[in-house]
Amino acid sequence: MASAVPPRPAPERVLMKGNEAIAEAAIQAGCDAYFGYPITPQAEILEWMARRMPELGRVFVQAESELGAINMGLGAASTGARVLVSSSSPGTSLMAEGMSYMAGSEVPLVFVDVMRGGPGLGSIGPSQGDYFQMVKGHGHGDYRTPVLAPSSIAEAIALVADAFEIAERFRTPVVILADGTLGQAMEPVVPAYRNPARQVFDWAATGATGRRPRVVRSLHLKPEDLEAHNEHLQAKYRAIEAAETRWTGELLDDAELVIVAYGTAARVARTAIRRAREGGLRAGLLRPISLWPFPSAPIAELASRARGILVVELSAGQMVEDVRLAVEGRAPVAFHGRTGGMVPTPDEVLVSLRHLWAITAPRPPEAGRDERPPRRTARSVPIEPSMRRPASTPEGVDEPAFQEVWR
Amino acid sequence: MERSTIFAGFGGQGILFAGNILARAAMAEGLEVFWIPSYGPEMRGGTASCTVIVAEEPIGSPVIDRADAVVALNPPSMARFEASVGPRGLLVLNTSLIEAQPSRTDIEVVAVPCTALARTAGDDKLVSVVALGALIARRPLVPLAAVRRALEVVLLAKRPEILAADLAALEAGYAAALEGALTPV
Repeated sequence: MASAVPPRPAPERVLMKGNEAIAEAAIQAGCDAYFGYPITPQAEILEWMARRMPELGRVFVQAESELGAINMGLGAASTGARVLVSSSSPGTSLMAEGMSYMAGSEVPLVFVDVMRGGPGLGSIGPSQGDYFQMVKGHGHGDYRTPVLAPSSIAEAIALVADAFEIAERFRTPVVILADGTLGQAMEPVVPAYRNPARQVFDWAATGATGRRPRVVRSLHLKPEDLEAHNEHLQAKYRAIEAAETRWTGELLDDAELVIVAYGTAARVARTAIRRAREGGLRAGLLRPISLWPFPSAPIAELASRARGILVVELSAGQMVEDVRLAVEGRAPVAFHGRTGGMVPTPDEVLVSLRHLWAITAPRPPEAGRDERPPRRTARSVPIEPSMRRPASTPEGVDEPAFQEVWR
Repeated sequence: MERSTIFAGFGGQGILFAGNILARAAMAEGLEVFWIPSYGPEMRGGTASCTVIVAEEPIGSPVIDRADAVVALNPPSMARFEASVGPRGLLVLNTSLIEAQPSRTDIEVVAVPCTALARTAGDDKLVSVVALGALIARRPLVPLAAVRRALEVVLLAKRPEILAADLAALEAGYAAALEGALTPV
């Protein structure tokens, strides 16, 4: 009964909508200029900025198109301004070229994608179908962008400030990757706004009075020059990998089955692992916060002792490829996802966990962490019961999967 | 423990507002809360809805398998969400607009003429506030006083002239649901 709960001292909590929280976090982080074009389910970012930025004497432009918005962002950010651009899936496709140019020109900018169902115009429902697009690179050429994926509104606020900091430290566009659920939902938050310290940029086009002109560009016509530029970029990406890999875990210490999920899918998984444990199935959750750089090392470490890995996404299976690359065959990797604006329910995920339990063998307790299992079990397994699934409970195997673990 | 409520009705019945008030009341009580609207394309005359999850602990899944309570303010909402009520869950029906009897027998049904009570309180548009009062009477997710305070906070800032009618509507729904508890549907 709610009235029996002692009130917690949390006077400064406020109820915020995800999109509005992202927008206000950018403002509080010192965002100088915002450029965008309306699209559901991120339109509230644009609406919030339309009201707040002029109040503060800062720049807000609703551009004529997504191409206009991203290239205005490129231009403004080239002067060293703190710039936010936001869109949703069909819009981010149109902005892909600008992202490539910014990566090539080494222009810092924070880019928000509130994902909706695709491909094409798709639907306006929540989705994580832009993982490939955002994590593997939007536009053309050899480049990477850090991608931060919040799982709650409070985390989104913190990550926006972090994103500006990473963008400026490494001179790169940084992506905040959310989905329609996070954008549209409201949660109480204690807004932990942060305004990262301003750096002095020795590259920004601020007017060449009294100094040599600076050039911000991605064009390097001589192959030798472009190769050197690419090597510089790659060295930078290695430095980002070393410094900015972020993840968090829950109930992993004794986990036999590990779910890897991010954003909204991780919240569903969080409920699912608790229900699994109520039924005796020891499940844990690893939640990547940075999707690039990807937390491969902790996933590899877990895979060396877990019975199986389950990847849950609001997609047909995109991050699962990065999980498999991290796991390198140390454990079976299964997948559960929904698309088109559908969100998996905790019980669906629980069923997938039970399937995975049923088709995998227990880990021998004496197996060392670095020892790989034999090739036979090293393959990824489909989630559907396969030919390898035992017809009945194997002898001597404790089978919580067959217990009633529904809530 | 997470307790979920779906508010559903016509656009304009104040569905999102009622969910918002419940969310604010829960927040003020120190609880965790998650509010999400159905923001998909909705047909004119169809249903708009929002889901509010209230819990003592941080809230996991934003997607609910089964709602602990459904507030249905029009016939399409009942048709769509009656099946979403979990076993022993609560269905609040606006009998001013819904004539059909619910087919479920494993749930608690509270039938309140929300639109009629709203009109008495001052405005048909208060229908969702009446329903919120009825919900709180049967499922004390938060104390009635907390809902009253949430209405005061929101309306004093935005539209103080309608606060009295909103409070009257809340009390009317609360009283009707308590009374209805004694009579079969």
